[in-house]
Amino acid sequence: MPAIHLRLGAFSAALAVLAVTSSGALAQKKYDIGATDTEIKIGNIMPYSGPASAYGVIGKTEDAYFRKINAEGGINGRKINFISYDDGYSPPKTVEQARKLVESDEVLFIFNPLGTPPNSAIQKYMNSKKVPQLFVATGATKWNDPKEFPWTMGWQPNYQSESRIYAKYILKNKPDAKIAILYQNDDYGKDYVKGLKDGLGAKAASMIIAEESYETTQPTIDSSIVKLKSTGADVFFNVTTPKFAAQAIKKMAEIEWKPLHFLNNVSSSIGSVIKPAGFENSQDIISSNYLKDTSDPQWKNDAGMMAFDAFLTKYFPEGNRIDASVMYGYTVAQGLVHVLKACGNNLSRENIMKQAASINGLELGGLLPGIKVQTSATDFAPISQLQLEKFKGEKWELFGEIISGDVGG
Amino acid sequence: MSAIEETVTEAAAVEAVPKKAMTLGYGTSLAVLVLLIAVPLLVKNFIIFQLTMLLIYAVAVLALNILTGGSGQFSLGQSAFYAVGAYTSAILMEHGGINYALTLPVAGVICFGFGFLFGQPALRLSGVYLALATFALATAMPQLLKLGAFEYWTGGVQGLVVTKPDAPFGLPMSQDMWLYYFTLAISLAIYIFSVNLLRSRSGRAFMAIRDNEIAASAMGIDVALYKTLAFGVSAGITGVAGGLGAIAVQFVAPDSYTIALAISLFLGMVVGGVGWLPGSIVGSAFIIFVPNIAEGISKGLSGAVFGVLLFLVIFLVPHGARQGAIVVQHLIGKLRGN
Repeated sequence: MPAIHLRLGAFSAALAVLAVTSSGALAQKKYDIGATDTEIKIGNIMPYSGPASAYGVIGKTEDAYFRKINAEGGINGRKINFISYDDGYSPPKTVEQARKLVESDEVLFIFNPLGTPPNSAIQKYMNSKKVPQLFVATGATKWNDPKEFPWTMGWQPNYQSESRIYAKYILKNKPDAKIAILYQNDDYGKDYVKGLKDGLGAKAASMIIAEESYETTQPTIDSSIVKLKSTGADVFFNVTTPKFAAQAIKKMAEIEWKPLHFLNNVSSSIGSVIKPAGFENSQDIISSNYLKDTSDPQWKNDAGMMAFDAFLTKYFPEGNRIDASVMYGYTVAQGLVHVLKACGNNLSRENIMKQAASINGLELGGLLPGIKVQTSATDFAPISQLQLEKFKGEKWELFGEIISGDVGG
Repeated sequence: MSAIEETVTEAAAVEAVPKKAMTLGYGTSLAVLVLLIAVPLLVKNFIIFQLTMLLIYAVAVLALNILTGGSGQFSLGQSAFYAVGAYTSAILMEHGGINYALTLPVAGVICFGFGFLFGQPALRLSGVYLALATFALATAMPQLLKLGAFEYWTGGVQGLVVTKPDAPFGLPMSQDMWLYYFTLAISLAIYIFSVNLLRSRSGRAFMAIRDNEIAASAMGIDVALYKTLAFGVSAGITGVAGGLGAIAVQFVAPDSYTIALAISLFLGMVVGGVGWLPGSIVGSAFIIFVPNIAEGISKGLSGAVFGVLLFLVIFLVPHGARQGAIVVQHLIGKLRGN
């Protein structure tokens, strides 16, 4: 009977494999759907089309980084199979793509899906399916909620904690400030404003004398700047995305409005904001960051930056080096590789969340010196530290201590 | 009427479709129905979910088809009605604790009222001007949903999470399968209603207005009433589709209902065949699956690939799926003749 022979053969082969692998006591293998001896299947959802398509480069960078990892032998001998789909930043499409990844492609987990509305749309689904929604690419505050959503974890510092840091600075150094705010009229802008108000506490009502909002569809924000100047404010809180930030800095120089200028870190890139706006117009702007600015000359000979450049040249030559999203994708992919390495041969979904929740003081090449990735069973906000910086000459000058601005979700 | 106005209305007029050509024969309808009932038993939950979305968008496309194919009015604002329907269902379910099935008629009625009221000012506009007015509605809607004043109810930019219903009476089927059959039943009811509506007195009035407004009013048709009525019915059906969409996706947020949705629905109608109701499902399949196919061909150029595919469809079958169906019908006729 050939069938039985065959099975016997397979059985003895399995025994042999077992004998080889069980030689080490810790070598017991455990897999959930999406992981095998040779492969780890990872899902991702990005807005490659639609209004937020500029962020699509994050997915491309991650793809390139995993190609590098695979070329170097993979993670514990397993190659990464990175499946990234487009949702056009539309939540119903995100749900469709997430279900496709989980139920049809059968990925082990979904990594770094982008945007607050898309992630909100799939959070309940991912948690009911018990599939990790790991390191979501949004700065909203609500992702740090391990009690309600044990399968969802954030990544970057949230917007609210960043503006709380500015509020602290204002209260300490300019307690009688008259603050004018310009913000983008969406969740991102409103989160920043809320953080500032919470940080200023009872004094918020008297200190903030003007608030202007704009829509992303507006061609220019010049009139808002003129209006804010006329209020006589001496502190300007600039919550704008790169294109508008550069416009604002230019216009302020043009009409000679020189308040103490706080610029959100979304737009702190020298290459895409400061340089186009003009170095002479950008002196003394205060911002904060956790990533190294790729266009800042002070990191030229930094080991982390050199590794980043080597990666770009070899695996992602089409990537725009000065685009902050490229550095973002590179760093978060490194964070994931760290977690997967820590998982060893136990690639169950549960163990992935467990390892992701026990990162201790991880330093990555793209993070500012001293800023560490830190998680625990009750802290699902991996990066919550920032450092203040002031623009001097042609670079950001870091000052003060590294500040942790944790805001519970 | 000045010469300019005349040319504008003429250019925008929809090609007349004979009443009979608006539906499928009984045999074909039955075959499609059997297929729709049987397929979910054989496929994965994820595909069932896609099929549910297919039916939901088909209902929304059908609603636009009644408006454009039936009464000859254009609308790029269907996403606004869809959003109102979705939010009505979501708010009633999550804040009011009302059963999901009961929220749908409410969504329909509210959207009917909303559409009827919007139809009033729209009466003065026709053709491209009407399309622009509805376009304004579609662009305004996501921002209105973000307004601080409604934030308690709408959840603002964060949106609202909706609970998915289980199958009732302990039926042994998954949530997805139950929702599919529930959606199928409602879509079927709406389809039958729409076919009968267009065959009724009101339907004939719609078509008379579409073909020639002046002649219609000379025949004693209350043009204003029927035009707004068409808007109301179309909005009401879109609202029901929106409600179903909210339940299936389990989430509503302003970014779900942008102008892109309105354009997709419009696209679905054209691809399906303007004025041909069964084409709605073909159009819906086009707007759901073709972007995925395009993405499969090239991630970076998915938009361009989609454009090329769309161009091919418009170039090869300008009358949409209806044209395809007619060709098939001729072929079958020839075969029988032999």
